[in-house]
Amino acid sequence: MIKLNQQQSNSLLKRPFAFSIAILFLLFSQISQAGPKIENWITSSGLRVYFVNVPELPMLDLRLSFAAGSAYDGDKLGISGMTTSMLNKGAAGLNADQIAENFESVGANFSANSGRDAISISLRTLTLDEQIQKGMENWLKVIEKPEFPEADFKRLKKQALIGLQAEKQNPGSIASKVFYKNLYPNHPYGEPQNGTEESINAMTTDDLKAFFKRYFVNKNGQIALVGSIDRKQAEAIAEKVSKALTSNDRGEGEKAAPIPEVKPLTEAKTIRVPFPSSQAHIFIGQPGNKRGDKDYYSLYLGNHELGGSGFTSRLMKEIRVKRGLSYSVYSYFIPMKEFGPFMLGLQTKLSQTDEAIKVAREVLETFQKEGPSEDNLKASKLNITGGFPLRTASNDDIVGYIDVIGMYDLPLDYLDTFTNIINDTSREQVIDAFKRRVDLDKLLTVIVGGEADVAKSDSANGEKKESTN
Amino acid sequence: MIRSLSLATNNRVSFLLSTLFLISALSFSANATDTELNKKNNKIPVHEYDLENGLKVLVKQDKRAPIAVIQVWYKVGTSYEHEGITGLSHALEHMMFKGTKTRKSGEFERLVSAIGARNNAFTSQDYTAYYEVLASDKLEEAMEIEADRMRNVIFDPKEFEKEIEVVKEERRWRTDDKPASLTREQFNAVAFLNSPYRAPVIGWMVDLEEMTVDDAKIWYKKWYTPNNATLVVVGDVEPDAVHEMAKKYFGAYKSNPLPVVKTRTEVEQKGIRNITLKLPAKLPSLRMGYKTPAMISAKKGKVPEWEPYALEVLANILDGGDSARFAKNLIRGKEVAAGANSGYYGYGRLDNLLIISGTPAKGVSTQKLKESILEEIETLKSELVSEAELKRVKAQVIAGEVFERDSIQHMATLLGSLETVGLGHKYIDQYVPGVLAVTAQQIQDVAKKYLIENHLTVAELIPLPLGEKQEKK
Repeated sequence: MIKLNQQQSNSLLKRPFAFSIAILFLLFSQISQAGPKIENWITSSGLRVYFVNVPELPMLDLRLSFAAGSAYDGDKLGISGMTTSMLNKGAAGLNADQIAENFESVGANFSANSGRDAISISLRTLTLDEQIQKGMENWLKVIEKPEFPEADFKRLKKQALIGLQAEKQNPGSIASKVFYKNLYPNHPYGEPQNGTEESINAMTTDDLKAFFKRYFVNKNGQIALVGSIDRKQAEAIAEKVSKALTSNDRGEGEKAAPIPEVKPLTEAKTIRVPFPSSQAHIFIGQPGNKRGDKDYYSLYLGNHELGGSGFTSRLMKEIRVKRGLSYSVYSYFIPMKEFGPFMLGLQTKLSQTDEAIKVAREVLETFQKEGPSEDNLKASKLNITGGFPLRTASNDDIVGYIDVIGMYDLPLDYLDTFTNIINDTSREQVIDAFKRRVDLDKLLTVIVGGEADVAKSDSANGEKKESTN
Repeated sequence: MIRSLSLATNNRVSFLLSTLFLISALSFSANATDTELNKKNNKIPVHEYDLENGLKVLVKQDKRAPIAVIQVWYKVGTSYEHEGITGLSHALEHMMFKGTKTRKSGEFERLVSAIGARNNAFTSQDYTAYYEVLASDKLEEAMEIEADRMRNVIFDPKEFEKEIEVVKEERRWRTDDKPASLTREQFNAVAFLNSPYRAPVIGWMVDLEEMTVDDAKIWYKKWYTPNNATLVVVGDVEPDAVHEMAKKYFGAYKSNPLPVVKTRTEVEQKGIRNITLKLPAKLPSLRMGYKTPAMISAKKGKVPEWEPYALEVLANILDGGDSARFAKNLIRGKEVAAGANSGYYGYGRLDNLLIISGTPAKGVSTQKLKESILEEIETLKSELVSEAELKRVKAQVIAGEVFERDSIQHMATLLGSLETVGLGHKYIDQYVPGVLAVTAQQIQDVAKKYLIENHLTVAELIPLPLGEKQEKK
């Protein structure tokens, strides 16, 4: 609880925006060598369980996830996030105050998060008898019998509207929203995760209850358990969770319908959004890859050199080190259930906008043409495989990994095989994957910043004002 | 992950529990938990070594995973700077990733990458620190690199010319285009008249514009010396072997005389300070800060030892979770806040503030939010906090201490920062017992003593339409 200093600056910032779950999944994806021993089974009510015993610290991390992210919002934009946020606002006869008190009086942390593909409901508790019992009991109520009280929902709606306002004063948030919208026209990934003023205003608690009943079910979910409990305890907890999920006639439920396929962009497009900032926020990209994708490793390895490795990446060298154009510059693939974004991002003072975009594009073009050199490829492999033990060093890391493995149906030995696959990936495979998967003639470019009179869009679909969403 | 390593405002780090400081007078179940936990936790000591040249070495073993974190902390940051050179410590930090006498620019990063390390650095008001997180069998490579850049960095004017532009971009990104950051920056400059905490870590833009490569070079020579540094290693390592390694790589450097640091104790505030900022924004916001003594002042005997702990608990009574008073009374309850936070910043080198910040709920005025916050402050002065609330904070502190040990980076950062600000790394053993000993009466006492108008600064952000052009040069 100690608050160290209030302000701090870093010499390097690789990823300036929090893309909630989507970005976490990206980080979790950077793996290799022998991972933790994952045990896996299915409860009697059909909930998939992933368990790792870590005995050293007397604590447990538990994460229940459902394929119920904003991609499943349908026409009620923002409902995934609102449903998830409402869970602890009233359940099984307890109000929001009581639920919070019950967790916090035993030092437990409750959290609920929503992303595009999935949502998760988590608990972190000590494993001493009193703490784990009280913490679990309260947590089970939240997933078993959430009540979605009207008064709390009304308040949460107002807060959601404030959240939308906050997005509008942040050029990075605006750029991200415009980028997704234009990357995924007519696809749920392109819709605003937090909804719109209209959709939030129109939403009712009945909508939330229906969404909950449809998606927060055994067969559409999984639970990850990591900590100092044994297999028997894990089985008992998983059974209780699974049973709680059958309440309200949910039974075992059904898997969510597949997310529609993502279509590639059909043309290059540049969108400029005026904004009174000193910097332009720039995103360049196109639909990238998905989980389980056959090119996943080649793209991951190649991108490490392009813009995924911080100071040693080409983008960093050309944009920042040689030219001083941006504090942060990066590229990455965000593999999702369907094609997640491949994106390149930077921020630069307005007068340097065109120069920065030109250099970034040149770096991408050169990389696609030449690919990595053998030496650089070797360096990337050393970094990825050498850093492997870091990826699963904490309980927090492990719970994130096994959550991804479950959510995307990755093999249980995913962690164990990663290093070898990376080491076996050749320069030719990287070049081939980048040639096939990145189309330089159909890149989407979003620029937020600058004045309206110079900010012209070359597309009829361009955003006219910063306040479109 | 960068996220977990950043020590931003909202980051809370708590402490290692000790078997040595159990307080028998406590009757709370928190105490029982504490005892029970200690049975399950063998306390792992921190090994401390002092090299002849003045370098302090702290090592803590954690064998859960075959990894280690190495950090080098320098006692220099914004609070060591003066007007006109603000941001110099941070700009120097950027230059520390360039070449040394034996390494070309870029080579350092290639080496670090080749050993699979994650690395970065951070600058704050009181310190500048550099780190690598890596497989523990690669520790020696990282230590050699850190030793090299303690004394051998080369300051190429051409490199500086580019890097200072990067720093300016960082400032634009971090502060200039963010209404909340701008508010905080101006708030600090008004809350403190002469304390160096008034200046932003990133530096004022005008100072960055006039900064030269020689400024950075002189600053480096002045402060980057073994007797002004602490080396921290946490992870799957053998303490004595780390000590030997430190001697091998850092031992050859001589101790150097350090500049005298003037105390610059903040002059007494004589009345409330209010500022209003008008910025292109969508949301109004409020920031309030009360001058409070830091833990270091208790250590020096300027205030009673329990006061900082009481302030810490007080901040958590207001905002220590979803059941704390701000969430319960202001966000729910009266519904006057969309968000409200409070934090006691008492772990630095100098006295700082107890900060309260908030965003009014939709349709609520900033004035109304401010009044509601002040009512909460008055309640702290007029009524004792309940047993249940006190128990809740203590339970969270005990659990939080275990949770935080999940990350060796956090552990290293705690040790390094405590040592660097002058509290000493052993303070880590005093924190939990200190918090557990706090009484309701003590909370009321510190509220009455410190949360008074004469200690208060208030900043209010009034949004201007985003269409209006921001004032720029």
